[in-house]
Amino acid sequence: MADLRVNIAGVAFQNPIVAASGTFGFGREYSEFYPLGTLGGISCKGITLTARPGNPPPRIAETPGGMLNAVGLQNPGVDHFIEYDLPWLKQQGTVIIANIAGNTPEDYCRMAEKLSETEVDMIELNISCPNVKQGGVQFGTSCAGVESIIAAVRKYCKKPLMVKLSPNVVDIGEIAAAAESAGADAISMINTLTGMRIDIHTRRPVIRNNTGGLSGPALLPVAVRMVSQVYQRVKIPIIGMGGISKWQDAVEMLLAGASALQIGTVLFTDPYAPVKILDGLNEYLDRNHIAKAAELTGKMIPWES
Amino acid sequence: MKYDVMLCKITEKKQLTADVFDLTVEAGKLAEAASAGQFAQLYVPGKTLRRPISICEINRTAGTLRFVFQIRGEGTAWLADTCPGDTLDILAPLGNGYSLGNTRQKAVFVGGGIGVPPLLEAAKAFGENAAVLTGFRNEESIILKEDFEKSGNRVLVATDDGSFGYHGLVTDLLKGLDFTAVFACGPVPMLKVVCKIAAARGVPCQISLEERMACGIGACLGCACRLKKDGTEFYGHVCKDGPVFDSETVMWEG
Repeated sequence: MADLRVNIAGVAFQNPIVAASGTFGFGREYSEFYPLGTLGGISCKGITLTARPGNPPPRIAETPGGMLNAVGLQNPGVDHFIEYDLPWLKQQGTVIIANIAGNTPEDYCRMAEKLSETEVDMIELNISCPNVKQGGVQFGTSCAGVESIIAAVRKYCKKPLMVKLSPNVVDIGEIAAAAESAGADAISMINTLTGMRIDIHTRRPVIRNNTGGLSGPALLPVAVRMVSQVYQRVKIPIIGMGGISKWQDAVEMLLAGASALQIGTVLFTDPYAPVKILDGLNEYLDRNHIAKAAELTGKMIPWES
Repeated sequence: MKYDVMLCKITEKKQLTADVFDLTVEAGKLAEAASAGQFAQLYVPGKTLRRPISICEINRTAGTLRFVFQIRGEGTAWLADTCPGDTLDILAPLGNGYSLGNTRQKAVFVGGGIGVPPLLEAAKAFGENAAVLTGFRNEESIILKEDFEKSGNRVLVATDDGSFGYHGLVTDLLKGLDFTAVFACGPVPMLKVVCKIAAARGVPCQISLEERMACGIGACLGCACRLKKDGTEFYGHVCKDGPVFDSETVMWEG
């Protein structure tokens, strides 16, 4: 058996498979299927300073090779997370990542400050949610915005700080470089691509929010390209995500430059997918006599142009 | 085990109307854990999202589940194309079903169209104490009438075009009956009328809702529905808080 352990910004993961924020809640529902300690980590549902009701329904639409969602950051607030969810999560034997989204820089700072006093292993700064008017993406689409929010949060954040990037930008390499120079310890990417579907009978968008975030297998090539682009631009580690649904996709994402992976939408197709991906990755490593999963990171051999 | 994924063999398949199909599958521990009004998520090859289908009947002795569903799109068309002997990948049982209470009380079940199947398992428990009111477009689209009758239920049918039974809305049939509990599933306009009548008579009413859904277990928060509890309104979720709700907790959108 290969060595599956990876280290991201000083945090030791027992394997590179992490449940993606927004698809896994706070873990309880999936603990019915397998011990959560099977996973390398859990990126929890995005939380905000105070509870958010979320968007009106419909929030979901299926698409070719994926789906749109516009849940709108429905969550019980950071204090509720710390009091009710975190103690249980910390008993599951896996890395716990808190994903935070704010209306203002002050929101982010206050949450980072609160979470720094808890047992959370890592903080993921969500500056890429496309489904709320305020709640992140306004900070995530320009270098100046990214730099200012990270610099502000950095002052309060005593935990390893990972920044989740939006693909809805012109040059993601530039954004990643800005995140690194402002003090981010790691990057997670990509969040969803903004999309829309229209009901041809009612002429209304299927999703009540009009637009939603596209996720699922359709996203994979875009995510692989962007991870590869960012890997060439920054030194900090990348947790890659976007459409990973089988172990081959996971290997691809590692080769593109990811050090670990987040698995999201495929959970809705098959709740056991993370376990199957992990098994497949392990067999691939053994078959190819690769001693460590970490050896794959960035090992794509690009064609010369 | 609350729910799990299982590969289930289809043992029986029938076509009930032009677009309504009836599948029975060997579901072992899933059937054992299931209760009336719960649902399942059926995997369709090549689709990101599973198809949420209500459980129509549970046979715990035989370890089978029965699903009666309508073709709505490509996913359900694929399911309708399966044959006995084929295997379905099923996540079940999901959500909260009907709380039956005392099955000797006079209960009335109200179903509209493809909202009828989720009522069968619950109505069976009430036998002769249940009146089952079902509404369909026309005679050709009537389903499950004999199934309810076999368990002793009194079945009344309404059709939109008068081709069978009462000519008019199924909710009209409710007005002349005496009952102490209501169980309903069907289109929202029908459910709204049922809830109004039940509320006016002070009779508890449980309704089953549907919404576009992703995970099916309460993790993704996709299938939101507006609820009210202790005076506060919030978005609950059809898959975990429902699909069956006390009518008083449901706030209708729009």
